[in-house]
Amino acid sequence: MNFDFSDDLKQLRDQARRFLSEQCTPAVVRRSLDGQETFSADLWRAIADMGWIGAAIPEEYGGAGLGYEGLCVLAEEIGRAVAPVPFSSTAYLAAEAILLAGTEAQKKAWLPRLADGSVIGCWALAEGTGNPDPRTIRAHAAGGRLSGAKFPVADGGIADIAVVAARDEAGAIALYLVELEGTTRRTLTTLDPSRDHARLDLDGVKAERLGSDSGWALVQTVLDRAAILIAFEQVGGADASLQMARAYAMDRYAFGRPIGSFQAIKHKLADMYVALELARSNAWYGAWALSANAAELPLAAATARVSATEAFHLGAKENIQTHGGVGFTWAVDCHLFYRRSKNLALTLGGMPFWKNRLVDLLETRNAA
Amino acid sequence: MDFNDTPDEAVFRAEARAFLSANAELKAGSRPTLRASGLDAAGVARCKDWQAKKAAAGMAGLTWPKKFGGREASPILQVIYNQEEEDFAVPRGLFEIGLGMCIPTMMAYAKPEQLDRYVGPALRGEEVWCQLFSEPAGGSDLAALRTRAERDGDDWIINGQKIWTSGAHLSDFGIIVVRTDPNVPKHEGLTFFFLDMKSPGIDIRPIHQMSGARHFNEVFFTDVRVPDAQRLGGVGQGWKVSLTTLMNERLAVGEVPRPEVDDIVALSRTVVLDGEPAIRNAAVREKIADWFARSQGLKYTRFRIMTALSRGETPGPENSIAKLVNAAKQQEIASFGLDLMGEAGLVVDDDLVEAYAMFQSALMTAPSLRIAGGSDEILRNIIAERVLGLPADIRADKGMPFNLVPTGRRS
Repeated sequence: MNFDFSDDLKQLRDQARRFLSEQCTPAVVRRSLDGQETFSADLWRAIADMGWIGAAIPEEYGGAGLGYEGLCVLAEEIGRAVAPVPFSSTAYLAAEAILLAGTEAQKKAWLPRLADGSVIGCWALAEGTGNPDPRTIRAHAAGGRLSGAKFPVADGGIADIAVVAARDEAGAIALYLVELEGTTRRTLTTLDPSRDHARLDLDGVKAERLGSDSGWALVQTVLDRAAILIAFEQVGGADASLQMARAYAMDRYAFGRPIGSFQAIKHKLADMYVALELARSNAWYGAWALSANAAELPLAAATARVSATEAFHLGAKENIQTHGGVGFTWAVDCHLFYRRSKNLALTLGGMPFWKNRLVDLLETRNAA
Repeated sequence: MDFNDTPDEAVFRAEARAFLSANAELKAGSRPTLRASGLDAAGVARCKDWQAKKAAAGMAGLTWPKKFGGREASPILQVIYNQEEEDFAVPRGLFEIGLGMCIPTMMAYAKPEQLDRYVGPALRGEEVWCQLFSEPAGGSDLAALRTRAERDGDDWIINGQKIWTSGAHLSDFGIIVVRTDPNVPKHEGLTFFFLDMKSPGIDIRPIHQMSGARHFNEVFFTDVRVPDAQRLGGVGQGWKVSLTTLMNERLAVGEVPRPEVDDIVALSRTVVLDGEPAIRNAAVREKIADWFARSQGLKYTRFRIMTALSRGETPGPENSIAKLVNAAKQQEIASFGLDLMGEAGLVVDDDLVEAYAMFQSALMTAPSLRIAGGSDEILRNIIAERVLGLPADIRADKGMPFNLVPTGRRS
């Protein structure tokens, strides 16, 4: 049994944590939150230079070739720092979709530029209200042109390219690569302004089909793989929320004693810890499934997502509760986690979608 | 990451598997093994016979010193053995406390000649041990226990009452913590002994549990003599010795209580709700997903613990969450399974209702899992204080001589 990250990756995690604690302070997150910048371009440059974006991209396509366990380790730190960068959109979604579905030429053309941070990618699936569902995809492509309204698209306002789910000439769902410069896009105001979101109004824009595969399974595979990586961000965020609540509970005195000595607070924090450790273990199993490209990946992904979403939600809301009134102020950082937790809970589809999918997969497994 | 055994572990796993295949039957079908009632004489004999076989094959006391019949193996081998044994229908329930808690405590504190006398018979299943800790006045607050021991020459004389003692009526020996000095603060006045459960003055009465079963006992002590030579640790050091025992309890890897997720999935496929199998229902699916996520989270947390053990490291604090999560999950699943059955959920006749009435039975035993071996509340305190480092609660009895501590109406 060797269910742990390697020493090298633990070292990478420590370095990443140190770097982000210095370079991605709450003040940096707040520049995006307050609308001073759409994302931290300085931070993006720095993490690109360190090879993080291309961690899981093979070296032949300009990546660092650290593998998926490496990307998972970094994702946890990105989540812990509430980093205001298009990391998930570029690394877990656009690059992954191209790796998964693209032709050799497409991989050679785009992956090195995604890996070095010079091109920002995004994932355009949703078309308004609702969870992922092939029946809701109305965007369509024919003759190298694509039309449709996609929103919300995470990082859609700052991305250079989008991987767009749309129907092909035969009505089947396929993935298309669209260069976004010159397309119509509208920045959306969201619950989590520390990350960019946009609506893309694509009207006969140039689009290149990714490979020749079609079908919803392709979309679902991208979602599954990203769900594991997002679960690591959620674990990082849940851990940071718990640590913040813990620190406050030790410092804050009421009735002549630290509030952390009251069982009401202790038990709340214990519950946050339990949820976090369950989520961490499920995420680790997802990391194994990603890195082994295991048949268990879809169920591992749904499980990791359900578990991590629960842990971050609990952690973020109970961190505010532990702080009391001051936790509800703009000045204190609790809401950064609260906002990010809901953002990550919704970004690949909400809990009804993932819980239903989990049970679908469980039924299939148990029937086998 | 991988889930493979090391070469040594693989060799041992094959050995354990071969021993089990040769000596036990694989669990048949899905019929749950319920412990609705305590062990009868035949059950005791089966447990003793099985333990003797394990010991003869070198499969018992794996982590113990070789001179006591163990292998001095890493705890990972014990986990591997337990994993393999889970697939087989073997008699359980008589030796877990003795071998898991009592004898390890003896090993830490007893004299060499006492170990020579007691460890072998315990390992071979010839003698049964119980643990006499909880009292009516000392459960979660164990150190508030009131059973007294007073010095009388070379002996101590014990008077008082213990409670929730598993297997006391089947035991030959027990370990006990008692109060030897009520004039000092509660943790300082305790002393630890082992004793012969057949000693004159011991009266064992089964507790009729809310589930109807009688697993546990009350044990009354009236002028019971215990030689000072059977003291474990110094006079007044009983709390420290107790912690040794309890540490071994926490290292024990508990079974996952049923009904588990697979059980509720199976039930949801057979029970009809709104004209179709209940598993088609969104409310049912949501609950299954939640329980599955928790169940898997624990499974992979165990893998993390096994990884630490496999490396010869001490597992981290993640070890503390299993019982807390399992106990609540079992109670929820049991209750929801009954909801799916409608009014028939009330019926406990196991020939009439689904899953041999496992859900009904579990509903009635689930409260005990949330209390025994550290209540939900105590476990949350432990996580908060020992894992998260939060300050200890303010104790009204801190530093106060035990006999001045307020005890309320029930004292």
